[in-house]
Amino acid sequence: MSLEVHDLTIEIGDRRVVDGVSFAVPDGARVGLIGESGSGKSMTALAILGLLPDGARATGSVRWNDREILGLADRELAELRGDEIGIVFQEPRTALNPIRTVGRQIAESIRIHEGLSKRDAAARAVAEASRVALPDPERVVARYPHQLSGGQRQRVAIAMALACRPRLLIADEPTTALDVTIQAEILELLLSLTRDDGMSLVFITHDLAVLSQIATHGVVLEHGRVVEQAPLSQLLSAPASVVTQELLRDATATLWRPGGAR
Amino acid sequence: MSPSTSSGTGDGPATGKDAETGGPARADAAAPATTASRRPSRWAWLGRLWALSTGRFGLIVVAVVALTALVARFWTPFDPQKVEISNRWAPPGWPHLLGTDGSGRDILSLLMAGARTTVFVAVGAGIVATLIGIALAALGALTVRWVRESVAVFVDILIAFPVLIIAMMISAVWGGSLWVVIWAVGIGFGVNIARVTRPELRRVLHSDFVLAGRASGLTPAQNLWRHLLPNVAPVFIVQLSWGMAVAVLAEAGLSYLGFGAPVTEPSWGLLLAQLQQFIGVHPLSVVWPGLAITLTVLGLNLLGDALREATDPTLSRSPFATRRARLHIPEVVS
Repeated sequence: MSLEVHDLTIEIGDRRVVDGVSFAVPDGARVGLIGESGSGKSMTALAILGLLPDGARATGSVRWNDREILGLADRELAELRGDEIGIVFQEPRTALNPIRTVGRQIAESIRIHEGLSKRDAAARAVAEASRVALPDPERVVARYPHQLSGGQRQRVAIAMALACRPRLLIADEPTTALDVTIQAEILELLLSLTRDDGMSLVFITHDLAVLSQIATHGVVLEHGRVVEQAPLSQLLSAPASVVTQELLRDATATLWRPGGAR
Repeated sequence: MSPSTSSGTGDGPATGKDAETGGPARADAAAPATTASRRPSRWAWLGRLWALSTGRFGLIVVAVVALTALVARFWTPFDPQKVEISNRWAPPGWPHLLGTDGSGRDILSLLMAGARTTVFVAVGAGIVATLIGIALAALGALTVRWVRESVAVFVDILIAFPVLIIAMMISAVWGGSLWVVIWAVGIGFGVNIARVTRPELRRVLHSDFVLAGRASGLTPAQNLWRHLLPNVAPVFIVQLSWGMAVAVLAEAGLSYLGFGAPVTEPSWGLLLAQLQQFIGVHPLSVVWPGLAITLTVLGLNLLGDALREATDPTLSRSPFATRRARLHIPEVVS
């Protein structure tokens, strides 16, 4: 169950936002994509799932279990999305549908991919909600997103992405919109969930301190190109490129732990 | 994440054991009640609608008009077209509750029969406006770029034509009838609905939760049903209710001007036009059709607003807390 991205190039109009990016995520690995905003991290993530916005064109190769999934028909990709590959977005405020209850949204991918009945799906939603440590899961599934805090909403988004037990989770800056203490909790949760399941993780961030807590490998991007990729401990102790050195300097002091990934 | 949340379920059985005298029975009765209240009913929005004073008013008015139209289909106190010269301008009383007009026709019966026309036109125009509005909005939001933009221009051009002008154009070609009103208002308001719904659809289409829906494996059609349409519905409902109110007004107005209902059809606008000629002599009789038109239009508008409020979970709360919540408790911000 591995992901291999090779020479991925994304063009919007005649602008290249991602230029020949290659990296691999072996089974059970936790790989971080790190770079300033506009470096093409999110576009890379969206391209893996075929979720690029209209007008964006991706070339190169994305292989999932030795199967080429770049350029696959939307219908075939839909079977993969949420089932084998899950994704969590940055902004928990807008990533949930404001007029559907949290439980229905958690159960959505389960109903699609596993064809459960409404009643069974509702029961599963409660189980999934308690798995991401949402308080009082039986009651929380009947709530609407606006009744939850930002951290709780991000937990819901994680529960949605993990409901079908995907083999790969893509997390696109899942902690950026949250305050520091909640950030630590969410990272803790992601780490334990991926480790328990042996799931692979692609974690996108601009914050090396955050990455140091969760990833084993780091891929540093700048202007859509890979400038450095190495085990995280090496990025932290002996950054080769200027970009990485700057990221290291900017890393948030509050979350700093010298040991690297635990 | 605090442990306090689990105390709610822990307390129930404990108090039941403490109070041996019939305590357990009460605890048993309470348990299913809480599980039932936990799952929101599919029809909960009806309760919320009723809890809003505007919703209640709108619902009652619209229901009364619709029922009246239904009853008038089979029965009216008098034959609305029966002329009885000996009994002209009878004051309100028995047996003519609202009096009679200049040719001795019963005003109440005329109003009841007119309700049929009103409902027919409002529903017909509503259907036409919905079809046109949704088709144009979908074309203008979900298709390729050049189609989207030409639809937007087309809509902007059509917006420039007032409903009344469209109606007069159509009636000049096909002659005056209720269908003219239905098509004129339907087209006029369908375009209006499209104009307001299209950007809303675009906004929702580009929202993160639609992307998240795709990322969960929803096909475009499933995404449309589960995420797009429900989120556009509130705007659409308000527009539609307004459109139907305008249809009522337009029917009355066009009939008043002579472009709508033929003289043989009962219509509030026609009645108003006929009675209004004698306003100096019999002012009271003019009040009735005027009141019917005003109340119906007001009711439709209020119902539309209340519907939006009742179906939007971020606006409404439990029926009993509604007023208090709106007065005292600010919106919960995370």
